[in-house]
Amino acid sequence: MIPGETILEVRGLTKRFGGLIAVNDLSFDVREHEVMGVIGPNGSGKSTTINLISGALRATSGSVSLEGHDLTAVRPHETARLGISRTFQLVRILPALSVLENAVAGAVFGHKRRWGRKADVFATDLLERVGLADKVAVPVSALTYIDQKRLELARALAGEPEVLLLDEWLAGLNPSELQVGIDLISSLRAEGRTVILVEHVMDAIRSLCDRCVVMNSGKKIAEGTPAEVLSDPHVIEAYLGDA
Amino acid sequence: MPDILRGGAILLAVLAVAALPLLADGYWLSIAVTIMMYTALSTSWALFSGPTHYIALSTGAFYGIGGYLVATGMSDFGTSFWTMMAIAPFVAALLAGAIGIATLRLSGVYFVIFTLGLAEMIRNLVSWVQNNFLGSKGLYVLTELEERHIYWMLLAVTLAVFLFGWRLGRSRMGFALRILGNDEEVARHVGIDTARTKVLLFMTTGFFAALVGAIVAPRYYYIEPNVVFSPELSFLVVIMALLGGTRRLYGPLLGVIPFTLLWEVVSASFPSATTMVLGLAFLLIVYLIPDGVTGLIGKLRKRSVP
Repeated sequence: MIPGETILEVRGLTKRFGGLIAVNDLSFDVREHEVMGVIGPNGSGKSTTINLISGALRATSGSVSLEGHDLTAVRPHETARLGISRTFQLVRILPALSVLENAVAGAVFGHKRRWGRKADVFATDLLERVGLADKVAVPVSALTYIDQKRLELARALAGEPEVLLLDEWLAGLNPSELQVGIDLISSLRAEGRTVILVEHVMDAIRSLCDRCVVMNSGKKIAEGTPAEVLSDPHVIEAYLGDA
Repeated sequence: MPDILRGGAILLAVLAVAALPLLADGYWLSIAVTIMMYTALSTSWALFSGPTHYIALSTGAFYGIGGYLVATGMSDFGTSFWTMMAIAPFVAALLAGAIGIATLRLSGVYFVIFTLGLAEMIRNLVSWVQNNFLGSKGLYVLTELEERHIYWMLLAVTLAVFLFGWRLGRSRMGFALRILGNDEEVARHVGIDTARTKVLLFMTTGFFAALVGAIVAPRYYYIEPNVVFSPELSFLVVIMALLGGTRRLYGPLLGVIPFTLLWEVVSASFPSATTMVLGLAFLLIVYLIPDGVTGLIGKLRKRSVP
């Protein structure tokens, strides 16, 4: 789908933890229907960026806005209601709830709200959509790792977010699962969803992202299509070090 | 049809329980009052602490507010029992709200310790105010109410708690509580205002505890802040709820009945050993049946079905 108007604006975003500047004056735009990759070496501030956008952390300075709503000083539940959903770097399933309830949890309180039978039907459709149709009756403790990831994705989609944040959603998958995972995210893209993707897996970035922001030591060092940024000498240097 | 049958069965059971004072009086009625009181307290405690795992040791403080407000209102200000009974729960709910806002950000053991310390502080503060500013005379709660009237009022509160809990279990808020009990971080990110949810529920338990404390006040006749703000009661409520199990609405009831009877025997025969029994019971329950009687029954049932 052709990217539309700018939906999310990040401007001068900065986060300090004591003396450490985890994110330093970061700016970028995300357009509607676009899959934006955030990449960079370990410790470059990618996850902190996701946490700042989702409201889990509060920025030291700078701003994030979604469709004109300022998200900078907003608490996570309000961010979710305004239309930002996320998955977690270390998958977080609700262990005492059923598979269906886990997905419904995303539908009841978020951006677009459903309750009761409507929420159940909607969540069931989403479980089917992410490939968990035959696991609805399985206890969550018996789900495999990729199925837990799928379930988390269904929960994040259940509020019909404007922007979906995937924090290393593909990490930890084995090679065959990885292809399944890439195909799944690719199908989200085909649906025209707006996604911000923090990722290490290069294949995924090449095949999924419309554009990427590359971070190193908290700063943006490049932005553009995957092909552009991955051939950028600064990016190569950041990943491989000086030659 | 099964719904109608079930409703009928519940109605019959309630009527039978309500008829108890017609059959029993004296000793057994007083035990029934105690059971009813702890059922209301433990069940409403479990509505908040069950799903969230925030173990509150402040029931005694709210219960004490109920009893104390009735006593001071009647003795020091000449208001009626009924007025004070109506005011006390709201005062306690407001206090619970303030405490909630201050403490529910604390997690795990810090919350437990804070509620315990806070209950003690309220107890001492009220005693101090009473001794220095209000009462040289004692606090008497003299009413026409008999034991059976108290029993019926407590039954009404217990039914209200159950009805509230039943509705809560089917509501968005009940679902929100379960989610935040599982993972607060996830709860926030799916759009739940976790602070508000916790505070509202904590206020509800404070409300019911004070209502119970107010209703029970006439049983004491003479109220001393040090007695009515009872830390022991806070622990008893927790132990009973844990013994029965907090995952089902009727769970605490199954802990209250046996434990009240045990407590009667211990207090009558070995009055100096009550604290030890309390501690021992706590250990045994937490080690042997962490999910309570209802959890145990659920497990056995699962095992018997192949």
